[in-house]
Amino acid sequence: MILYIVRRVIMLFPILLLISIVSFIVIELPPGDWVSNYITNLRNSGIELQEEEAARLTAMYGFDQPSYVRYAKWMQGIVTKGDFGWSFQWGKPVNDILRERLPFTILISFSALILSWLIAIPVGIYSATHPYSITDYIATILAFVWVATPGFLLAFVAAWLVFHYTGFSPLGLNSTDFLDAPWNTAKLIDRIKHLILPIVIIGLSGTGATIRVMRANLLDELKKQYVTTARSKGVPELTILFKYPVRIAFNPLFSTIGWLLPAIISGEVIISVVLSIPTMGPTLLRATLAQDMYLVGSIVLILSSLTVLGTLISDIYLAWADPRIRFEGTGK
Amino acid sequence: MSDRHDTLVEVENLQVHFHLQEGIVRAVEDVSFAVKLGQTLGVIGESGSGKSVSAQAIMGILPMPPAQLKNGRITMYLPNNGMGMRSVVLTDLPTRGGEFRAIRGKEIGMIFQEPMTSFSPVHTIGNQIMESVLLHIPNITKKEARERAVEILGRVGISRPERRVDDYPHQFSGGMRQRAMIAMALACNPKLVIADEPTTALDVTIEAQILELLKDLQEEFGMAIMYISHDLAVVGGVADEIIVMYLGLVMEHASAEQLFENPRHPYTQALLRSIPTIDGTLERLATIQGAMPSPFTEHMGCPFFTRCDQRVPGACDVRRPPIVEVEPGHKVRCVLYE
Ligand SMILES: Nc1ncnc2c1ncn2[C@@H]1O[C@H](COP(=O)(O)OP(=O)(O)OP(=O)(O)O)[C@@H](O)[C@H]1O
Ligand SMILES: [Mg+2]
Repeated sequence: MILYIVRRVIMLFPILLLISIVSFIVIELPPGDWVSNYITNLRNSGIELQEEEAARLTAMYGFDQPSYVRYAKWMQGIVTKGDFGWSFQWGKPVNDILRERLPFTILISFSALILSWLIAIPVGIYSATHPYSITDYIATILAFVWVATPGFLLAFVAAWLVFHYTGFSPLGLNSTDFLDAPWNTAKLIDRIKHLILPIVIIGLSGTGATIRVMRANLLDELKKQYVTTARSKGVPELTILFKYPVRIAFNPLFSTIGWLLPAIISGEVIISVVLSIPTMGPTLLRATLAQDMYLVGSIVLILSSLTVLGTLISDIYLAWADPRIRFEGTGK
Repeated sequence: MSDRHDTLVEVENLQVHFHLQEGIVRAVEDVSFAVKLGQTLGVIGESGSGKSVSAQAIMGILPMPPAQLKNGRITMYLPNNGMGMRSVVLTDLPTRGGEFRAIRGKEIGMIFQEPMTSFSPVHTIGNQIMESVLLHIPNITKKEARERAVEILGRVGISRPERRVDDYPHQFSGGMRQRAMIAMALACNPKLVIADEPTTALDVTIEAQILELLKDLQEEFGMAIMYISHDLAVVGGVADEIIVMYLGLVMEHASAEQLFENPRHPYTQALLRSIPTIDGTLERLATIQGAMPSPFTEHMGCPFFTRCDQRVPGACDVRRPPIVEVEPGHKVRCVLYE
């Protein structure tokens, strides 16, 4: 098991290197760059710009050098100083922007994920153990409607309903009264009140699919011979359910953590835009439109690294949960 | 009614139907038999004759729905704390209730056909054997249960059981898994072991070993065995009594000797003709003519009518013959013996 983890972690490095290169290519790909755009914009707005002045600007931002040099510098900054570069659009270090948004995005995403599992897993288990019952039909229909409802629509409607019935505007991170106020209990409570809606909406938007997955997996497992074997030993039904099939039905769920993490973190772009909360999603969107290269590159890099990391986590979990994987390749 | 003193389990007029979208499968129509203490009952019949369904009914593990217990009574006779016997009507107990669960695994153990899928892939063999010991033997510690698992694994012929007990099923070969399955069924010293085609998935040499093992274990522990197979030769080697089933009906019921020496039912006779003999391997084996009818058909008369070489039109196909005793301990369901 230890060997397996070590092997997987070593394999991580070349993958991360590859990801960083691809991220950089992605940001270099669109024609033009931020500085040349900036210069064109200045000229268009009638400002006289000498050639030397333009060249100075280009050199200042490092665009006079070939891209592999810029890549090396960027990587050097990240690896040695944890410095992700400069955001042209915001006029401050990428690190500052990440520091403001990343923890908070992760908080929302994780809470949403947990909320979605808290609802989906019990409902899925109930549906699978009472297949074709009235409750199962209701859960199934709701889940389908849920899967088909776009999250942003839900966000619109929910935000409007909350505002209409309570007079509380759930948009943004804080009510306007608190925007510039120093941190205190009242502001914290206000912040929490603003976070509930995004968490619920983002969480619910994944719930329908998770219910379907859980129900299908568990139905498959319940039909297996080993369940009958356990029953023939006189094991109580609930023990059978949780000791064997539920545990195995979890595996496909956990094995999706890898792509779930970045999907949740960036995927709620539209919901975040609708609810105007500054998570990573909208930031990435705006940065891409503005050709804010290092910010885009950093976010892409972080999201991809999260995918790789998430995959590692779920692989380790699966190896722990399933001996057939654990023993594979290690002999006996 | 058989003699109560040596009867362990009695099945009377069992009828189980499956209600499916395509129609009703009359898996078991009218099945009666008794398993006697310490003896082996062989159950034989072609695929789809209702052998497994009868076994599932005794175990209380019929998949309901779609299965429906339409009729019949299954009674088990157990010692009453050393004072005489008590009878438990299994068909009256809720199958998932505590009383039935106390019998499943404790008084009746079951060996299934597919050793490959009968174990949970994510728990060790030891864990799965201990589970039943811990459930059924009061006040036993985990350590003692583990010792019991090691002991029984050794007894069924697993070498170095103290190490193999921590193995996962995928580390066992098919034959070893079936041995482990037998160990699991025997872990609590049941009075009856139901073996549902335990060797079908294994190759012939291993099949012989498993049969030998079951006989040895029976001598040692004295449990009764209900041995299900579609191979009359295999059953003949292990059984004291044999029932021959066809499409949910018991066609013939006799001691092994009677059945081999004096088979009465045309179906049994046909089955016997299809067994290869050692000196007669060159002769062409007789196979039973015709195919099994669809499981959804309802039969007015004898279900074997369509394939029978001694059929009496006008008699066999209009009314189902009753099962009658033609000599002591030998019963047949056929118009020829009414
Ligand atoms: N879970 C089920 N759902 C629907 N039909 C079933 C089910 N189990 C058994 N049957 C039907 O009941 C009939 C008897 O099946 P059973 O499994 O008892 O046959 P068997 O004698 O054990 O045959 P085999 O030698 O193939 O194991 C068959 O027609 C089968 O299709
Ligand atoms: Mg069967």
